Amino acid sequence: MSNQIPIAEGLFSWPAAKPALLASRCKRCGIAAFPVASSCMACSWQDVEIEELPTRGTLWTWTVQQFMPKSPYKSDETQETFIPYGVGYLELPGGVRVEGRLTENDPQKLQIGMEMEVVFEPYRIESNGDEVISFFFRPV
Amino acid sequence: MDVAIVGIGIHPFGRTPARTGLQQGAYAARLALQDAGVEWRDMQFAFGGSASAGSADALVNELGLTGIPFINVANGCATGGSSLISAYNAIKSGQYDVGMVAGFDKHDRGAFNADPKELGIGQWYGEVGMMMTTQFFAMKIQKYMHDHAISHDTLAKVSEKAFINGSKNPNAWRTKPISVHEIINSTMVNNPLTKFMFCSPAEGGVALILCRADQAKRYTDVPIYLKGATMKSRRFGSFEVFAPSQALQQVDGPTVDASKAAFEMADVGPKDMDIMQLQDTEVGAEIMHMAENGFCEDGEQESLIQQGATHIRGSMPINTDGGCLANGEPIGASGLRQVYENVLQLRGQAGGHQVPDNPKLAYTHVYGAPGISAVTILQR
Ligand SMILES: [Zn+2]
Repeated sequence: MSNQIPIAEGLFSWPAAKPALLASRCKRCGIAAFPVASSCMACSWQDVEIEELPTRGTLWTWTVQQFMPKSPYKSDETQETFIPYGVGYLELPGGVRVEGRLTENDPQKLQIGMEMEVVFEPYRIESNGDEVISFFFRPV
Repeated sequence: MDVAIVGIGIHPFGRTPARTGLQQGAYAARLALQDAGVEWRDMQFAFGGSASAGSADALVNELGLTGIPFINVANGCATGGSSLISAYNAIKSGQYDVGMVAGFDKHDRGAFNADPKELGIGQWYGEVGMMMTTQFFAMKIQKYMHDHAISHDTLAKVSEKAFINGSKNPNAWRTKPISVHEIINSTMVNNPLTKFMFCSPAEGGVALILCRADQAKRYTDVPIYLKGATMKSRRFGSFEVFAPSQALQQVDGPTVDASKAAFEMADVGPKDMDIMQLQDTEVGAEIMHMAENGFCEDGEQESLIQQGATHIRGSMPINTDGGCLANGEPIGASGLRQVYENVLQLRGQAGGHQVPDNPKLAYTHVYGAPGISAVTILQR
């Protein structure tokens, strides 16, 4: 059984029975931000609290990345095995619009306004065998 | 005290393996000096920038060591605009009478390689493949097409026009017209944008000589006046490149803010402009920037572009030298290329790409990461 580690600390609750993306919310103006920031980008206030974002939302816009990016892109792929991937902003009600990779890469199956959920899945395997977990948006 | 542009110089854009970026900058600088009929030692100050071709102030090694205060400017795509604002203020304040603004660059092939850490973003953002300006532009136009009924054919027509204009500009990189069919069917890069809908990193250099308006006639018969020069960064809530999240409530971006400020500064409006150079790192940007800069309403671009309004002989000529699409984007020089082109147009010296009927007012606009914009307004 391989060890699962999050792609970055503090990005989402992990490990957790029901993982969720983590946001900071300003205690003065109520604006939420992802990922968690120590101050508010809207009003500069430094008193923020951390909360879990909703795990379902609607697709605000999207594209498909058709070629393999250069570094700092870090996956298990090579130019030969690269599979185009979708990227989009998911509007999470009451929270923010979060940018993330989509599990779907077929432009015919992607539509602005469609319902999607946030899922947490293996992204790549490190040389020591650790499985790196990241977040994705999946059509529901 | 007004500020005038009295000398312009350019090194052809594209690829010049035989010259470093710095040498291309020096080449442009010497042409600008010659154009104004002055020498390097006459320059009282200089502002300049380069993103990947070394320090702009190293130009003194090429041009001569005169003791000139040469200040480096680094503001991404707004580097040229920021240099111009600095020069404008240096002359306006009465500190100097005449000086130079220069920009040059030389980038590697392929998409720009951004480092998340430099922008205060976590490494994970780049690792999962979202540190890509091309994705942002694709997602922004995707949303815009959905909301304002812009067609794929209109996207392609922007590129078609850019390459037609490039073919008339001897300093452009891409000088071969490409058909709408070929543009739409070229390799998909980031849906809905194909290969021929994007500009590429490139090389080039531009320099301008600026002076107090009351002394302009010493240098040229046709001074071009810098009536407006503004630069803005993003406000909270605008949709920008490299944003892991964005606010639910959207506000206008830095382009809208810089544009309004420039029109106010110059005391003119969008309808007064005879020529516009708008940031066209890809076709969607040109389309959306038409509305963001106040030249049309959202959605009007579809009919305007289909009718040819943005062509050199149209009612609102845009990117008359081929823009970034036909010239490529050497970051340090790109914004100044737009100003160079407008000076040429206002002087009536643009040759094959000259806008007819003696244009009097011209507009430039750039946009870049992490959400900045610079605008200039020039007047004959
Ligand atoms: Zn706040």
